[in-house]
Amino acid sequence: MTRTINPDYIRGDLYTQRFEQGKRENTLILNMGPQHPSTHGVLRVVLEMDGEYIVRAEPVLGYLHRMHEKMAEVKSYVGFMPNMGRVDYLHPLAWNWSYAGAVERLAGIEVPRRAEFLRVIATELNRISSHLLWWGAYLLDLGAFTPIMYAFEDREILMDILQRPTGARLTYSYFRLGGVGADMDERCLRQILDFVPYLRKKLPVYKDLVTDNVILRKRLEGVGDMDVDMCRRYGATGPILRGAGLASDTRLNETYSVYNEIDFDIPSFPETDAMARYMVRIREIEESLKIVEQAVAMIPEGEILIKGAPKPNWKAPAGEAYFATEGARGKVGVWVVSDGGKSPYRIKLRAPGFSNLSLFAEASQGTLLADAVAIMGSIDMVIPEIDR
Amino acid sequence: MNALKSFWKNIASLWSLIVGLQVTGKAFCGPQVTVHYPRQTVGPEGLEGFRGHMELVPSVKDPAIPKCISCMMCATSCPSKCLTVVKQKEPKPTEEQLKAMAEAEARGEKVKKLSAPKNPAQFIYDFSLCSFCNTCVENCPVGSIRFTTNVYFATTNKADLQMNLVERLAKQAASGKTVPGEKPKKAAKTETAQSEA
Repeated sequence: MTRTINPDYIRGDLYTQRFEQGKRENTLILNMGPQHPSTHGVLRVVLEMDGEYIVRAEPVLGYLHRMHEKMAEVKSYVGFMPNMGRVDYLHPLAWNWSYAGAVERLAGIEVPRRAEFLRVIATELNRISSHLLWWGAYLLDLGAFTPIMYAFEDREILMDILQRPTGARLTYSYFRLGGVGADMDERCLRQILDFVPYLRKKLPVYKDLVTDNVILRKRLEGVGDMDVDMCRRYGATGPILRGAGLASDTRLNETYSVYNEIDFDIPSFPETDAMARYMVRIREIEESLKIVEQAVAMIPEGEILIKGAPKPNWKAPAGEAYFATEGARGKVGVWVVSDGGKSPYRIKLRAPGFSNLSLFAEASQGTLLADAVAIMGSIDMVIPEIDR
Repeated sequence: MNALKSFWKNIASLWSLIVGLQVTGKAFCGPQVTVHYPRQTVGPEGLEGFRGHMELVPSVKDPAIPKCISCMMCATSCPSKCLTVVKQKEPKPTEEQLKAMAEAEARGEKVKKLSAPKNPAQFIYDFSLCSFCNTCVENCPVGSIRFTTNVYFATTNKADLQMNLVERLAKQAASGKTVPGEKPKKAAKTETAQSEA
């Protein structure tokens, strides 16, 4: 009996078939991912290679699509909050805030002042932990194993701090519609204040260990140009845009909560390369520490949740609202449409990673494959957020 | 001149590597920050606030019976649908009670049926579905559920993840275990991760 081979199987799957060869001859089509360690999850990039140079790159998404937007349509307003902790597992509190903010804007709920400060403190601490993990993992991509150990040592303290009020170490669901879930007591605030000088002392060590390292500089400087024009075309936000020299930050440009009362800078570097994006994130850790320090000093006494906060059977008024916050990766937006029922009519999640990834295809053209890894890492991708 | 410049540049580059090695060397000589799990465990203060699996809070009168009044608030508010509360059935009236009821009916009085006890017959919690969001705890009118700080729960059997919390509470009460929070077994040897760091 002869064995029949499915001709489609030889030709590859849908994406490989549609990925046509370019004008040049003798190019090689190569799949990077979905199980490639430098793609941080399940991103797949189909590459057209000319020797070691990339002619074309095309990211293929959807391996981690979990229908978060659709799930919102069958859940109560309160019941959708745990989902927000799981969209972007590295900076879940920004998503918590975007969703809570959108529903609060829709229903006209005023958040107590203490809760606003608690939100700021928790979100900024979470931003630091996100940047620290990115820092370690990015250098792991580039071939340096040690830094992730240092990053995790500090991150562990942050997770211990955030565990007490939020109840989790990774997928936080801390915010409530109209406030936060739990208060931070004296001990917790003191822990945070102790952590700020600790990390400030650690950052110069990281500069010595990694940032000034000649190997890192040679690998990152001048690699992966993403200028302001390209950022505008694809809608890139966050450290990528600031790494292109435009100091744009949702926290100040479309200020929300109490950020306008806090004194902090928006770091931006005009070099447009991977090193600029690296520097932006390192500077952002310092700025976040500044914000945390001020917020802890300014925090007033009072309620943490409004009286009569929405219960699971709460009905939102009909209408629609959009709220955007600054996540670790860029602008996190949630758009809520309500028809007056118990669950949202439609929710749109604007993930910064999705727009940021779009730049990769263009920026990686003509670079070495090893540089493509450096560019991909400098975008700081979180695949669950991109696929949602 | 150019050759001299590049020479100094190379020296400076090399120096950056040496500085990095100094940092690594210092960390190598520093104290250990990790906890050797099976031999050491994180102490209760390191677990404070952590949400492990859920448990029922016993009533003041009887440690084997939960405070729960089977109002279903938790089961209906749970976004993950991981709770199933089974109410108790009305008890069958004994013959004497039946007699008394029949007499009362003959007298034309309103007959009072026997009411079921409020505490649940079963309280099934699906650990595999729970998203640890605290919604049920916040919505419980009597404060009958709480999260344990049990980080050591692990199993290879999927059926173990379906817990009957009423049974669990009764077992705990029978064995005379302290109810507020489960402590790790090797509590004597505990060392906190933080104090070590």
